Amino acid sequence: MSGTFVGMPTFPKNAAKAVQDSQLRFNLRKATHTIRGKRASVVGELDDWAELREAGKTIKDHTLRHLDDYLIQMEEKVTAAGGTVHWARDAAEANRIVARLVKETGETEVVKVKSMATQEIGLNEALAEEGINAYETDLAELIVQLGDDFPSHILVPAIHRNRAEIREIFLKHMAGAPKDLSDEPRALAEAARVYLRQRFLEAKVAISGANFMIAETGTLVVLESEGNGRMCLTLPKTLISVVGIEKLLPTWQDLEVFLQLLPRSSTGERMNPYTSMWTGATEGQEFHLVLLDNGRTSVLADKVGRQALRCIRCSACLNVCPVYERAGGHAYGSVYPGPIGAILTPQLRGMDTPLDRSLPYASSLCGACYEVCPVAIDIPAVLVDLRGKARHTRAEKAGMAAAGWVFNRSKRLAKAQRFGGRMRKLVPKRLPGPLSGWTDTRDMPDIPAESFRDWWMREGKR
Amino acid sequence: MRVALFITCVNDTLFPDTGKAAVGLLRRLGVEVEFPLAQTCCGQMHLNTGYRDEAVKLANRFTDTFGGYDAVVAPSGSCAAMVREQYPHLDIENIPKVYDLSEFLVDVLKVTDVGAYFPHKVTYHPTCHSLRGLKVGDKPTDLLKNVRGLELVPLPGAEECCGFGGTFAVKNRDVSAAMCADKIGNVMQTGAEVLCAADNSCLLHIGGTLKRQKSGVRVRHLAEILASTEESAE
Amino acid sequence: MSAAAREVILRRIRSAVEGAPEAEIVRGYKGITGEPGDVELFAERVRDYKAVVHVVPRAEVAATIAGITAQRLLAVPEGFPSHWYAPSEGETDGVISTCAVAIAETGTIVLDAGPGQGTRAQTLIPDYHLCLVREDQIVPNVPDAIARLDATRPLTWISGPSATSDIELNRVEGVHGPRTLEVVIAIG
Repeated sequence: MSGTFVGMPTFPKNAAKAVQDSQLRFNLRKATHTIRGKRASVVGELDDWAELREAGKTIKDHTLRHLDDYLIQMEEKVTAAGGTVHWARDAAEANRIVARLVKETGETEVVKVKSMATQEIGLNEALAEEGINAYETDLAELIVQLGDDFPSHILVPAIHRNRAEIREIFLKHMAGAPKDLSDEPRALAEAARVYLRQRFLEAKVAISGANFMIAETGTLVVLESEGNGRMCLTLPKTLISVVGIEKLLPTWQDLEVFLQLLPRSSTGERMNPYTSMWTGATEGQEFHLVLLDNGRTSVLADKVGRQALRCIRCSACLNVCPVYERAGGHAYGSVYPGPIGAILTPQLRGMDTPLDRSLPYASSLCGACYEVCPVAIDIPAVLVDLRGKARHTRAEKAGMAAAGWVFNRSKRLAKAQRFGGRMRKLVPKRLPGPLSGWTDTRDMPDIPAESFRDWWMREGKR
Repeated sequence: MRVALFITCVNDTLFPDTGKAAVGLLRRLGVEVEFPLAQTCCGQMHLNTGYRDEAVKLANRFTDTFGGYDAVVAPSGSCAAMVREQYPHLDIENIPKVYDLSEFLVDVLKVTDVGAYFPHKVTYHPTCHSLRGLKVGDKPTDLLKNVRGLELVPLPGAEECCGFGGTFAVKNRDVSAAMCADKIGNVMQTGAEVLCAADNSCLLHIGGTLKRQKSGVRVRHLAEILASTEESAE
Repeated sequence: MSAAAREVILRRIRSAVEGAPEAEIVRGYKGITGEPGDVELFAERVRDYKAVVHVVPRAEVAATIAGITAQRLLAVPEGFPSHWYAPSEGETDGVISTCAVAIAETGTIVLDAGPGQGTRAQTLIPDYHLCLVREDQIVPNVPDAIARLDATRPLTWISGPSATSDIELNRVEGVHGPRTLEVVIAIG
């Protein structure tokens, strides 16, 4: 995955900083609560939501089970429709392919539609090294790019910025931004429209991702709101789409499920403003499809973790997550933040760094993410499974082993309880070491003189 | 029907009053509840912290201990959810039928009025594992609404996690504390004297913070409120 | 290089899913109804996106369009019925089109580059888009629309004017696509 986050401290450290940032807390709270309400209301409109969710889950599982066959079918269909298919084992290979394709056009500038896959592989940075400038055209991506910032949300990468901050970024970094620009969202959107219009009309090469690929027909599908996607997908002479191999759907009919699940889960709309679908080289364009692995096949090999590949990047899990709401997206140190990021990043990147090892613990396991996931990814179950695979500290291992030893014999538990009961007056108000994490903000409960089981033995049973 | 009480390790050690209340309440309703002494812990802490093998040992121990019972009642939504929702993932066999207290009262005993008296203003926090794991729905509040003298006030943002999450509260102390601060803000807004939940782990966390802040709001487990009568009421 | 990569990826996939259980697709949701869509619902849902909607009898379509275009000159894609709109020469400030399918439940119009719809760019670059929808093109839901469409044509699904939710997750109309969408529904 992208090198931009390399060397970041662990999640708890990043989050500790974020919770102190009251502006960030306010922005995130406002945005996530707004979208939660909208999602709930449009999901509530469909009385077959549970069945759509089941279909979404099973279509994805079926596709993943036969991914090799469907990829070959996709390749055949795209090729037959005049497109060229490329395969990339990892980020470096994908970046090389795209850079070469751009160079072959003789261009040094490309426009981009928001795409998680290209962020994951650090494409913009790789292109820059080859002397190619990539211009993000999605409003939130533009805000992030102009502000030289990191994305913090899958759908709305600039969710951590409010309107006043966005105005500041535009005034400072957007060439030609009106001096009297207000912070009205409408005015900010207008400024972006004017800024990008000429770029769209002049661009010769565009780079996109895709939300879905249909193996049966070779069709690619991109959902968006602003029209920047339509601009990039239709105007330039050459279109290069970088798509993760798990984005496949077997049949055209399968799309009827996902076009209901995704917009309602994502922006809380019955349908997003624009969806573009094209098959191969369309209306005189040259079309390249880069199929990206980059760790996905190793996720696929994990019996529990592979369900993360069902993800359609809707962000519903971020928007309901109490941890995300308070820690913000940057704390996760990945282009995939929030609950889905906490299970996807450690699987894609491995758990070799302290940051990546800390991600499976970035959850209270409250289950809100699983409840809203439109493809029923049991995120808490995958988190717990990953925790089992993460390296643990020696002190923790010793503590857990000791607890296990006590719990393995009820008599040992009873003895420990009696010992605790006798010592109860000696328990300090503030605990030492890692347990100070408890007593920094909370009082310890009064330890009872007698455990329940001793009471039961004495007078409870009759 | 043979009914066993699974007290849970946290209640056994730190909150014996909840266990005593559950026993008293069940006996009042004519249930002769047993307490198998071999019980210890369901294994949730080990599983959720990443110690699956240790958790499997404890899970097998649990099924051995409670195997002969028709119903196991636990005054903890999260431990009941561990057995019901997580044991199947651990490939545990012959899992006993476990109920959270409110489920046992409403679904098995078919009572919502347990004859309790508790003359206080109370708000209820549903706790994540009861709400989204066990899906107990309105059962706890239906029981509370039938308690004489009790004024139940709705808790804003009730479905949001309090930030406990077991070792999460220590490993991610800052986020945990921030979540708890918001939960407490909502509790204070209700003007309730008592915060009720069906899980002492969450109450340990919220109650510990309420106490540190000298808020004056007390926490009570659902079992304790339902066990309360005119003679025993606080 | 790409041929090697292809083989490696396919091999990785096969070894990853080896022995994994077969996964059956379960389709319990409401599928194709085959029924006509509800015109009023469609109109209401399109209006929800802050588009302007006119519901008029077929005989009044030309007059309605004439009224709307009194102050405008619209570009006309090839194949657009000239009895409904035939502009004079001059610089246009918008586009008029027909559509392939419309979806009542979601308030969506689908263009498939058929007669009267033009290329994808033609309905994208102008700031104003007037779309003509015939009653018989309205279907109840998404599955009905998918069943009617040909995946291999260039398709554009339009639900309201261009919008963004990127500022504080609130929907604001008008970014890069047409900022005004007007729809005339011809009934009968």
